[in-house]
Amino acid sequence: MNTLNMKFIDPHIHMTSRTTDDYAAMQKAGIVAIIEPAFWLGQPRTELGSFKDYYSSLIGWERFRASQFGIKHYCTIGLNSKEANNEALAEEVMDLLPLFICKEGVVGVGEIGYDDQTAAEDKYYRLQLDLAKEANLPVQIHTPHRDKKAGTIRSMEVALEHKLEPHMVIVDHNNEETVRDVLDRGFWAAFTIYPNTKMGNERMVEIVKQYGSERIIVNSAADWGISDPLAVPKTASLMLEQGISVDDIHKVCYQNALDAFGQSGQMKESDWMDNTTIDQSQKLFNNSILRGGQLPTIGEIRTNPIFDSNIIR
Amino acid sequence: MYSNFLPNTIAFLEQLFDRQATPAAAQWLKEKQNLVRSSETGKDLYLPFSAAPRYVGKSMLSLTPDELEQASQLRKGFNPTNWTTDQLARTILLLSLPHDNADNYSKTILKLFGTADMGELVALYAALPLLPHPEKFVAQATEGIRTNMGNVYEAIALNNPYPFENFIEAAWNQLVLKTIFTGKSLHKIYGLDERSNPDLARMLSDYAHERWAAGRTVTPELWRPVGPYINETIISDIKKLFASENETEHEAAALACTQSSYPEAQALLDQHPLLKHKIKEGQLNWSHIGQKAITA
Repeated sequence: MNTLNMKFIDPHIHMTSRTTDDYAAMQKAGIVAIIEPAFWLGQPRTELGSFKDYYSSLIGWERFRASQFGIKHYCTIGLNSKEANNEALAEEVMDLLPLFICKEGVVGVGEIGYDDQTAAEDKYYRLQLDLAKEANLPVQIHTPHRDKKAGTIRSMEVALEHKLEPHMVIVDHNNEETVRDVLDRGFWAAFTIYPNTKMGNERMVEIVKQYGSERIIVNSAADWGISDPLAVPKTASLMLEQGISVDDIHKVCYQNALDAFGQSGQMKESDWMDNTTIDQSQKLFNNSILRGGQLPTIGEIRTNPIFDSNIIR
Repeated sequence: MYSNFLPNTIAFLEQLFDRQATPAAAQWLKEKQNLVRSSETGKDLYLPFSAAPRYVGKSMLSLTPDELEQASQLRKGFNPTNWTTDQLARTILLLSLPHDNADNYSKTILKLFGTADMGELVALYAALPLLPHPEKFVAQATEGIRTNMGNVYEAIALNNPYPFENFIEAAWNQLVLKTIFTGKSLHKIYGLDERSNPDLARMLSDYAHERWAAGRTVTPELWRPVGPYINETIISDIKKLFASENETEHEAAALACTQSSYPEAQALLDQHPLLKHKIKEGQLNWSHIGQKAITA
């Protein structure tokens, strides 16, 4: 993978489901910052406390874990569309959200929107749009897998109905069929490079060739499924090979995400530019990802030794 | 007692804050403090507590030796060396909350703990020795020692007199062990020598054996709380240290023997007259070993 040592932001990735190997590889591939949207865990939660602890882990442990690899971790907080369908629980979660959305490093309300496009999903989507507006935070919209085009357009129309400015809304999981509608309305159009189900990166190259780099954002949405935490740098590499300009790549794989989510006031380039080498032995980051006796990493992260040797010390 | 302590502490922290923060930040904090003072539910605390870094920044405080001295006179063991501006603001807010009703006060504070992010946890744990009704937070602080976030752990365990004053022995021993286990220096644990105990000495010796069995080393600081409890078992560890090729381990062994009244330990020390002399003359003490452990 040749990316000319560019820096990348992956503005949609679910790191709680990923391993330390992924963090090390991401750092090595040039990813300096990530945004982890709150979503569902592959099965529905049944208790309010599960939401509370999940949100806490996004602003606590996961942020800390990322820092060990020299990656700045931000998140968006919200009630996802699938779980909005448990109305009794959703009501309680709505009361919890104000405690979290103003925390440090929370760069938006997300990922929210429609899944089956039920009445309950609609209700909690609208309530969260109002909350985002009140807190002056960007919104990260998950668009549905099924009935996608209509669902995407509906997401935007409802956002406008609730008086959100298009520049404060990132519409995610776009494809060839939705991109025109999103860009024409002035929203940010994010694309998820996720094998088999969402976009492939060859298709992504074609999108940038056709639509340019303005308001287009690439992410991985890597999670507990078969997905790729290096989707952003790999896509950048492919774009380079296929003749897309470094400037355009920089926009879609870094700058646009920073501009969009930076509107929260919680994400600045200086957050990672001031502190580029990791020092796991350093006081601030000293911790127990290093279990007793492990050697701290100073400077460049070593690649995963798993396949290099049969010896485990 | 506490009624004087609280306004004095707030005044001291405000003085530190005003010296380091912008006028706008100081103004913001004043307003929020007033809100918090008249708050009945704690809700007026939650928002400014979270939002503090946005308004006051996160720079490290630079404290004069005089200010550090003032801090420790105000509250024995209070040491804000590693504090940041947002942490200072958050602590001032915590101290401004009405505290006449211990249950209401602790409920509000514990709710903050329950939804805190990394920076908020650091501020909360480091503020514990200053808060009213300290007895209400023992379980939370004991839980805090189980954290895997290094900076959060350090906020409780290092430069903080709260564990020394409030932890039961089992929790104290876990704190000391975990500090070693996570590769941090013991010499910042407040009250380390005063609270050493036979059970801790046994655990530390066992830990050293476990490490040695795996072909690993242990920090020479480990022997500091062990020294006063050298017995017929532990004396063989001390002999092993004296036989080591590492000079710092000899120094640690000699220091441990100095703390012991066990006859064989005294005899061992006599076999190392140079080290004995250095200790007697104050040229060698546990702080030196701690400093070496940090730079190693």
